[in-house]
Amino acid sequence: MDASGKKAEWLVALAGNPNSGKTTVFNALTGTRQHTGNYPGVTVEKKEGICRIDGRTLRIVDLPGVYSLTAYSMEELVARRFLLQEKPDVVVDVVDASNLERHLYLAVQLMEMKVPLVLAFNMSDVARQRGLEFDLEQLSALLGAPIVPLVATKGEGIDELKKTIVRCAEQVLPVPAEIRYGPELEEAIGKIESVLDEDHPLIRSYGRRWTALKLLEGDSEIQEQIRSPQVSDVLHQVRQHLTAVFKESPEVLIAERRYGFISGACQETVRQTVLKRQDFSDRMDAVLTHRYAGLPIFAVLMYIVFYLTFQVGAWPQGWLEDGFTYLAQLIGRFWPEGVSGEIKSLLIDGVIAGVGGVVVFLPNILLLFLGIAFLEDSGYMARAAFIMDRLMHRIGLHGKSFIPMLIGFGCSVPAIMATRILEERRTRLATMLVIPLMSCGARITIYGLLIPAFFPAPLRGPMMWLIYLIGIGLAIVCVRLLRSTLLKGESVPFVMELPPYRLPTLRGLLLHMWDRGWLYLRKAGTVILALSVVMWAATRYPRPPKDILPAGESQQRRLELDYSLAGRIGKWMEPAIRPLGFDWKIGTAMIGAAMAKEMFVSQMSIVYSISGEEDLERLREHIRRDYSTLQGFCVMLFCLISTPCVATVAVTRRESGAWKWALLQFGGLTALAYLVTLLVYQGGRLVSFLTA
Amino acid sequence: MESPAEKSVRFLSQVPAGQTVRLVRIAGGHGLTLRLAGMGLVPNVPLEVLRNDSRGQIIVQVKNTKIVLGRGMSEKLEVAPL
Ligand SMILES: Nc1nc2c(ncn2[C@@H]2O[C@H](COP(=O)(O)OP(=O)(O)OP(=O)(O)O)[C@@H](O)[C@H]2O)c(=O)[nH]1
Ligand SMILES: [Mg+2]
Repeated sequence: MDASGKKAEWLVALAGNPNSGKTTVFNALTGTRQHTGNYPGVTVEKKEGICRIDGRTLRIVDLPGVYSLTAYSMEELVARRFLLQEKPDVVVDVVDASNLERHLYLAVQLMEMKVPLVLAFNMSDVARQRGLEFDLEQLSALLGAPIVPLVATKGEGIDELKKTIVRCAEQVLPVPAEIRYGPELEEAIGKIESVLDEDHPLIRSYGRRWTALKLLEGDSEIQEQIRSPQVSDVLHQVRQHLTAVFKESPEVLIAERRYGFISGACQETVRQTVLKRQDFSDRMDAVLTHRYAGLPIFAVLMYIVFYLTFQVGAWPQGWLEDGFTYLAQLIGRFWPEGVSGEIKSLLIDGVIAGVGGVVVFLPNILLLFLGIAFLEDSGYMARAAFIMDRLMHRIGLHGKSFIPMLIGFGCSVPAIMATRILEERRTRLATMLVIPLMSCGARITIYGLLIPAFFPAPLRGPMMWLIYLIGIGLAIVCVRLLRSTLLKGESVPFVMELPPYRLPTLRGLLLHMWDRGWLYLRKAGTVILALSVVMWAATRYPRPPKDILPAGESQQRRLELDYSLAGRIGKWMEPAIRPLGFDWKIGTAMIGAAMAKEMFVSQMSIVYSISGEEDLERLREHIRRDYSTLQGFCVMLFCLISTPCVATVAVTRRESGAWKWALLQFGGLTALAYLVTLLVYQGGRLVSFLTA
Repeated sequence: MESPAEKSVRFLSQVPAGQTVRLVRIAGGHGLTLRLAGMGLVPNVPLEVLRNDSRGQIIVQVKNTKIVLGRGMSEKLEVAPL
């Protein structure tokens, strides 16, 4: 704070209903690229960013979307606690101007908290299209808060918003209007107010009226904080009286009056010039959520996503492979005399083999995330939840659980975060625990290496589907099991807003794709690189004494491997994995895969690397020589089911709030993988024995 | 015998697509009532049923918003003709 009493830094919260465009506004203000999407519940955690204007710093916080400020869902609690405890200097309520009445419901509650409020009328473009005209000046006067029209996606109005935020923080702005609830409710509020203790911190910050109103609404958190027998008595009495008079609970009455106030304000200030329904969305929905056609259409969409990922992704993948082979050869050819051969081996057999083996799958990953981004941005995600509701009910979950599962095909970590959209804890835990069975993008590397190694071209597509379907099938079995044992409970019905369809912008899709791709590359350049170096060393040292080395390069390499640390560890664990058809090489690769799934491929390329031959086809030849098709299949099966990667376990621990769930996930899936692979391998051997 | 007034009270799950009805009451707990209120579902609001395949899940239009009510939820909303 400087001498004039003015701070140079202000805390600004972005609040608003789900899907109103808060994150888009946040990104426009701070110049960041947080994840947005066209369905409610994209942002589940509050995010902070900085925005500078005229020498002042605005600390902007993007809150999860909420419909109101009650204490019933996690998002509401996060948002409300932030507002109550951090006391932001300005709260920007991002409302969807094309859907004003519903969105103002939250604004009214913010007004009642007497927070310094700015209303951002986002989606003004959509409102204009629908023929809505606002008398902003009058509406602003009625609500007692400045209003800034925005089109956040285009950055329109953002400068004005910044200026308004500063003005609101530094000057005293109009007091928000007060809603009157009618004689009976006002009398009840008055009675509660009269028994409230003036010195209670809650009342000192938010006043008697707000506290009394919240108590009358039956807010459990506030009740707990006030905790006075006298207040409880009065509360009980007035609630009973009101219910008797109106045949309606007080909270319903309060909500009705709020909507009444809003519709009164809108009646005077909002004009609809043309009567137009959103018929485009209606027509799309008639087909996409159709009783019979809905499910097949969904299947086709998924097919397209995976076709893109694997079939189209195969071309650029080939170019990248050629690039890495060329790079390895180049280094090999021009390696300066006199510089240690060990460093050359580290570069070629460790770094290029390990990291290159993973990076060649970048195109597939990019395309997979492009597909998912399209589903997210178009508005289809919420429809998928509707379509799948019936099927999901059969396994004790509901349609909304399907959204995180779909995201899980990209990566388990954001998928587990996304389970926050599920209100009920048991449903949420069950969904969280099985998400690793949705085969994630990193596992594509394993299938991409092994399927072409063992299966002829026409069978490759079906094999890929089989693997994915096995994962889904096992997830279904596990959820049913969990829901009838550990996480038993009625499935709570869900409600969800269906956003209007929007044509995703090319820019938005590409940015999203690039962000995910960059994460993948960064992981390859850090975790995978580091682990590759470790693995390289572990497969190279200690070296066997010179005098026992046999002739022939590949024999030499084999002996070196047997002698190395990795070889010894692998040999030690071999008895445990032999029944699954795995040898020590696969065993050590599995250890790598537990850190990050991509490490399987890195590790295999390091184990098999013979300087200068770094392309996948070579690697596949080696693998084909050493293993049977059944073994190859078992490896994929095991990697599909087993040991979620370290990041997944960590995020499960955090989101479930207890180690036991993370350990259950880790242990349970590993045990399941062992069991299934054991059955398949031994069963497969038996069959081939009998038929031979 | 049912009086005509009682007869006209039904649950949202029984309303065929294309019809508009008025929400009368939410037969659910405190939390559900408040949550639905936040989405615009308060007594006396008109609801247009957009999709009802008699399988439980329903899409309704409330003001300008489409809302999916999953299985089991539509049986908790009592409605009456406008
Ligand atoms: N036409 C139009 N679309 C917008 C505008 N602002 C945001 N959108 C789109 O609305 C959708 C939702 O935006 P988000 O920023 O993710 O919304 P949010 O409020 O953060 O949503 P949650 O995190 O789910 O609460 C995205 O598809 C945006 O591209 C706008 O001004 N006009
Ligand atoms: Mg968001």
